[in-house]
Amino acid sequence: MEKRKNQWKAWIYLLPALVILLIFTVWPIINTVRMAFLEDYNALAEVGGTVFHFGFGNFTRVFNPYGGFLIALVNTVLLTVITVPISTMLALLIAVALNSIKPLRKIYQTIFFLPYVTNSIAIGMVFSAMFSIIGGGQGVRPDSWGLINSIIRAFGGDPINWVNSTINWGDGILARSRFANMCVLVIYIVWNALPFKILVLLGGLQNVNKQYYDAARVDGTSRARIFWRITVPLLSPMIAYVVITGFIGGFKEYTSVVGIFTDKMGPVGANIYTPKDNLNTMVGYIYQSLAASEGYASAAALILFVIIFAVTMVNMYVSKKRVHY
Amino acid sequence: MKVVLEHLTKIFPSRSKKDKGAEVVAVNDFNLEIPDGKLIGLLGPSGCGKSTTLFMISGLQAPTGGRIYFGDDDVTSLAPENRGIGLVFQNYALYPHLTVQQNILFPLQNLKGENRLSKEEMLTRANEVAKLVQIDEFMNRKPSELSGGQQQRVAIARALVKMPRVLLLDEPLSNLDARLRLQTREEIRRIQRDTQITTIFVTHDQEEAMSISDYIVVMKLGVIMQTGKPQWVYDDPANLFVAKFLGTPPINVFEGRVEGGRLFIGEECVFEAEGVEDQQVYVGIRPEGFILEDSGKLTCKVSGIDVMGRDVSIVSTNQGSLNPVVRSIISSDDLGKINGDTVRFNLKEHKLFVFNKDTEERVYIGGQKAVHDEAVAKMKAEGQIFASHDGPLPKEADDAARAENAAANEKKGFFSRRKKRASEGQNGGSADSEA
Repeated sequence: MEKRKNQWKAWIYLLPALVILLIFTVWPIINTVRMAFLEDYNALAEVGGTVFHFGFGNFTRVFNPYGGFLIALVNTVLLTVITVPISTMLALLIAVALNSIKPLRKIYQTIFFLPYVTNSIAIGMVFSAMFSIIGGGQGVRPDSWGLINSIIRAFGGDPINWVNSTINWGDGILARSRFANMCVLVIYIVWNALPFKILVLLGGLQNVNKQYYDAARVDGTSRARIFWRITVPLLSPMIAYVVITGFIGGFKEYTSVVGIFTDKMGPVGANIYTPKDNLNTMVGYIYQSLAASEGYASAAALILFVIIFAVTMVNMYVSKKRVHY
Repeated sequence: MKVVLEHLTKIFPSRSKKDKGAEVVAVNDFNLEIPDGKLIGLLGPSGCGKSTTLFMISGLQAPTGGRIYFGDDDVTSLAPENRGIGLVFQNYALYPHLTVQQNILFPLQNLKGENRLSKEEMLTRANEVAKLVQIDEFMNRKPSELSGGQQQRVAIARALVKMPRVLLLDEPLSNLDARLRLQTREEIRRIQRDTQITTIFVTHDQEEAMSISDYIVVMKLGVIMQTGKPQWVYDDPANLFVAKFLGTPPINVFEGRVEGGRLFIGEECVFEAEGVEDQQVYVGIRPEGFILEDSGKLTCKVSGIDVMGRDVSIVSTNQGSLNPVVRSIISSDDLGKINGDTVRFNLKEHKLFVFNKDTEERVYIGGQKAVHDEAVAKMKAEGQIFASHDGPLPKEADDAARAENAAANEKKGFFSRRKKRASEGQNGGSADSEA
C-alpha cells in the first residue's frame, strides 16, 4: 500500500518535466520522422491546402548532387574526423599536465575552462577578427593584416588569406583558400572543445588511485610507459565518453561556421553554390532548407540522425573492445 | 640483505606557515639493524609512523634526517627503482586492466639495458613466482575476478618477480577476512622462508605480528618502544604501552602502590616487592596470570563467566582496575572452585608487571630482574636484535596535542569543511527518512 502511494507521488513530481519533454522533445522527433516522408507538404495542407502523400521524394531531393547536401556532408565529416582526435589528445595531455602540477593549477584550470562559458558566436567573431585582413582589395593595400598574419609576417612568412574573399591589392592576388578556411575552423573547434574534455579527463585522473603510480615508480617504470600502460587504460572509460560525445558534437557543428563566416556559411562574397567556397555543415544545411520546405529539412535531419546513430554504435563497439572494466 | 636504519626521522611540515608547532614528527630517531633473511614486523597503533618508516625504506618518501643502508650501500638518496625493493601495498595496487600474468610481468618489462630479459626468460620467471605463491592457475584472469587472498598473492608475486633485495609489505592482511588472514599470514611466512628475502611488514594487529615475525618492533608516536623476539617482548615488556598493546585478551591494568617493600592493589597486598622504593604504580596482570585459590590475595567481584571449552574466562570487577572489567583465564577444571560472587586470586610472578605511574616504565620486582638480565645476556650471546626504549616516553598528552593540531589544520581546508557539511547533510537526510 505504502509503496503504491509513493509511486503515485513520484509520478506527480515527474509530471511537469514529462509534459514538457513530451511536447518539446518527443513529439517533434516523431513529427520530424513523419514529415520527412510527406511529399508536397505545406503548413496549410492539413486544413485543406495542397494534397500531400507519403513517399521518398524528400530524400531524393536531399541527395540531389547540386543541392549542397553532399558538400555539407563532406565538410562535416572532415571537420569531425580531424578535430575529435586532435582535441582528445590535446585535452589528455593538458589534463595529465594539470594533474601533475600543484601551484597555479587552479588558475590554469580556470584559463582552460574559459572557452566553455564564453558565447561561441562571440568567440567566432574574435577568431574572425584575428584571422581577418582588414581593408585592401582593388589595388589598395590592406589597412591591417590582422593579428595572425602580422605574426606570420613578423617571422618573415607570407600572409595567408584565412577568412576573406580574394584580395587583389596591386602587388599580387591573395586568393581564397579552402584549406586555410578549414584550418581556421579546425583551430576554433578544437579550442572550443578542449575545456569540457579537460574537465572530464581531469576528473577521471583525480579518481585514479595514486598507489598505481607509486607501484609503477617502485618498479622503475618510464614516464612514457606509465602514460600508455597505466594512465590511458585507467582513463579509457573517460576517453571513450569524451570521444563519443565529441563525435556527436562534431556532426552537429554549426555555430563555429556561423561565428567565423556568418550565416552565409562561407567567406564574404564567396559563391556558396560552388563546393570550393561552401563551408556549410549538415545542421547549417538543415537550417537553410527549412526555408524551402519543412519536409525537405526533416529528411535531412533524419539522415543526420541515422549517421550519428551509426557512428555512435561503431564508437560503442570499438570502445567495448578497448575500454578496460 | 641486511637493512640498517640510523637515526631515521621524518617530519611532516606544518600546513600553515604561521603555526610552526603544527608540524608532525611521524618518525623520531629510529635506529634498527635488521639481519639478513629475517621477517620483521613493525607494530603499533595507527599514526605511530610505521607505514612512514616503510615508505622511507622503499624510497617513496624521503627522510628528514638519518640514513638507510642496504648491506653496506647507503641508499638514503637512491630512487625507489634503484634500491632493489619489492613493495606490496595495503590495497595491492594491482593494475585492474592487466591480467595476472601481465601484472607480474610488468616490473620485468621495465628493465633496461643489460638487465633486459628475453620474452621467454620473463615468462619463465613469472611462472616460477606464480607457482611459489600458488596463483599459476589464474594467470589469465583479471584482478577483479580474483578473491582478496588471491589478489594479495598476485601483489606479492609482482613484488618478488624482480628478485628484490628487500621485500616490504604495508598492512598486507588488513583487507582480508579473518579466516583468510590466518591462512595468508602462514603463506607469507612460507614464502619468506622459501625465498630467504629480508622482509619488513607493517601491521597494527599484534597477533599477526607476533605469530609470523622473527622480530617485532613496537612503535608509538614515531618512537621505538621495544624490539625483540615476539615472546620476549610479550613476557618482558619494557613499559606500560608495550604491555597494553600486546596480548589478547588485553592485559588487566590496576592502580596500585609500592609501600614498605610490598605491592598493593587497593588495600590488598598482592605481592612482595622487596628493595623497591615506595611509589605509585600501575600493575599489569596478563589474563593467564591469575591462580584461583581460596587463599588468594586479590579479591574480585564476579560479573560473568565466559566458557571457551578448554579454558574459562572469568569476568570480574575490582576497585583498583583501570579496565572496566578484570578478565582472567583459568583452566575449566578449576570452575568448581568458584563459589558465591567473589573470587580470590593469587598471581603468577612472571605474568605480573609493575610500572611507575609517572614514567610508565617498568619496575622489576622480586625475581623479575634476574630473569630479565638472564634473557638479555642470552640474547646478546646469540646475537639477536633487541632493544628497549630509554629516556622519557612520548606521552598521550603529545598525542592529544597532535590530534588538536590536525583538527586545526583540517578546519582551514575548504574541502574538509565541505566534506564535513556533506556528511552532516547525510546524517540529516537519514534522520528525515526515518521520520
